[in-house]
Amino acid sequence: MSTLASPAPRTTAPGAIPRKAGKRHYGTHIFLAVMAVMWLVPLLWALFTALRPKADTDKYGYFSVGGTFNFDNFIQAWTQGGFSKYFMNSLLITVPSVVLTLFFASMMAFAVSRVSWKFNITLLIMFTAGNLLPPQVLAAPLFEMFKHLTLPYSFSDSGNLLNTYISVIAVDTAFQIGFCTFVLSNYMKALSSDLTEAALVDGAGIWRQYWNIILPLCRPALAALGTLEVIFIYNDFFWPLLFIQSGDRLPVTTAINNLQGQFLSNYNLLAAGATITVIPTLIIYLVLQRQFVAGLTLGSSKG
Amino acid sequence: MSTTAEKPAVPDREPGTAGPSLAALGRRGVGRRTIRAGRVRRLTRRDKLVLAVMVGVPTLIQLLLVWLPTLFSIALSFTRWNGLDLKDIKAAGTDNYRFVVEDYPPFWPAMQHNILWLAFLALIATPLGLLLAVVLDQKIRGTKIYQSIFFTPVMLSLALIGIIWQLFYNRDSGLLNYLLGTAGTPAAVDWFGDSNVNIWAAMVAATWRHAGYVMILYLAGLKGVDPSLREAASIDGANAVQTFFRVVFPAMRPVNIVIVVITIIESLRAFDIVYIINRGTNGLELISALVIQNLVGEGQVIGVGSSLAVILLVISLIPIVFYLIRTFGKESKA
Repeated sequence: MSTLASPAPRTTAPGAIPRKAGKRHYGTHIFLAVMAVMWLVPLLWALFTALRPKADTDKYGYFSVGGTFNFDNFIQAWTQGGFSKYFMNSLLITVPSVVLTLFFASMMAFAVSRVSWKFNITLLIMFTAGNLLPPQVLAAPLFEMFKHLTLPYSFSDSGNLLNTYISVIAVDTAFQIGFCTFVLSNYMKALSSDLTEAALVDGAGIWRQYWNIILPLCRPALAALGTLEVIFIYNDFFWPLLFIQSGDRLPVTTAINNLQGQFLSNYNLLAAGATITVIPTLIIYLVLQRQFVAGLTLGSSKG
Repeated sequence: MSTTAEKPAVPDREPGTAGPSLAALGRRGVGRRTIRAGRVRRLTRRDKLVLAVMVGVPTLIQLLLVWLPTLFSIALSFTRWNGLDLKDIKAAGTDNYRFVVEDYPPFWPAMQHNILWLAFLALIATPLGLLLAVVLDQKIRGTKIYQSIFFTPVMLSLALIGIIWQLFYNRDSGLLNYLLGTAGTPAAVDWFGDSNVNIWAAMVAATWRHAGYVMILYLAGLKGVDPSLREAASIDGANAVQTFFRVVFPAMRPVNIVIVVITIIESLRAFDIVYIINRGTNGLELISALVIQNLVGEGQVIGVGSSLAVILLVISLIPIVFYLIRTFGKESKA
């Protein structure tokens, strides 16, 4: 409702509904404009630096507008930093993780929300709590478990699960199932039970109730969660850092850790590299903003 | 008062069904009973098998990759091990904990930093997010654009945020020193490098993201507040500030709980940003970073790392249990 920034007269107006006077919002607008500029400055500074050749910033200084603006840094960062490889790795990790997470979580959510049995609350609590744990708590045992799980070299060149995409996909999935189960089970609970009852009378089995009736109805929730999970997993820095040792198998988000060393003190290149990694999230944001926000507020329990 | 458990389904339903969630609740109660009755008659052996798989596979994944490692962490914290041969694991009693608390120099600074981080998020970032939400909830021009701007950092990873702010904070080429007029002079501050200020610089960068996150959750929360509550308050002569703090804010209790939990958990999980700056050393020690330093470092002191992880776990359990009780308490009793 009315704000702390709004002028005093309104607060003294007794019974009237003050919100209708939508004109005198100068204070609010000044506040918002200042905040918005502060919010954008770091991003714009990165973009500004990235667009300028190193030679020009050396000559005119970083705090100048002299010289040329072009995309050379982006091209150089892309090739020198090996971004195509990193983006491919991100894709190879993110897509299976999100698909598996939604698949398992929807099954679990269906079972705990549409069928009543003894342990469903217990399981739901276990799943929700698991999602809230700090990942570092599990780091050592998971690392050692994967290291000591011997695999044939034809399957993994490390001879175990370390340094494989599978390790990251498995842990990302396990970690995110909890959140998605929680959200989806709430969503499914709100669906009318007449739907499945009718199917039950028609003799449809559990699987058909889940796959043909409930899941299609959950499409909005699945779209929102899917968008959210793509961002979460694309943005995940920690698990690849822990499990993947070869630099060329890292996804983008973790690989930027190495860019600082790679580009040394060439901040123009570093800025270009940072901007490149922003682009996919920005595209998703612009195209699927509604889904993303819906996903966040749908569960509001992401830790 | 509905719990967060009911809330999520509301936003995506069409307006017609959004209001009477109580009716939906009632229907659900009845419906479930019928299914339960039906279950006895109609769940075939095949259905039970299908259900077992549907529940069993995710549960197994969850147990194997989340809860079993948690237990292992606790077990390993009482051992001495270099991480190589499983046979080398030696019992160590509480030695690791004693070492961490008494002889491990970065431990107490890290604890202080975690508390500071929590205080900063709770006292600055979260209220800022709430303020933005309240301001943007009014009918003002451009509210969507403002929302998009404040929300943008939420899309970015904390690792990337570290890099972006590094460019902004840099001693010689960063914008901040230029704006302060110190660029190029000896007074220029290396915001991420100077151990006196870098924790503050990192918390500001984290706020950049956290406030937007809080804002979006509260915007949804504010939309869910029954407008008649506000009208009633204004008829009773309450001013805007009173209405907000006495009526609107308490009415958003489910969102408030979620925000409290997120704020605490985020401050315990803070890791990416300090790790990308300097691996959590030199003024940026956090418990989460110390765990990793002990696991991947030269010595591979798994026992010490695990005892730090357990300390982190115990602290995290406080908000987690609080949240679970708030969310599931009523349901399990019902």
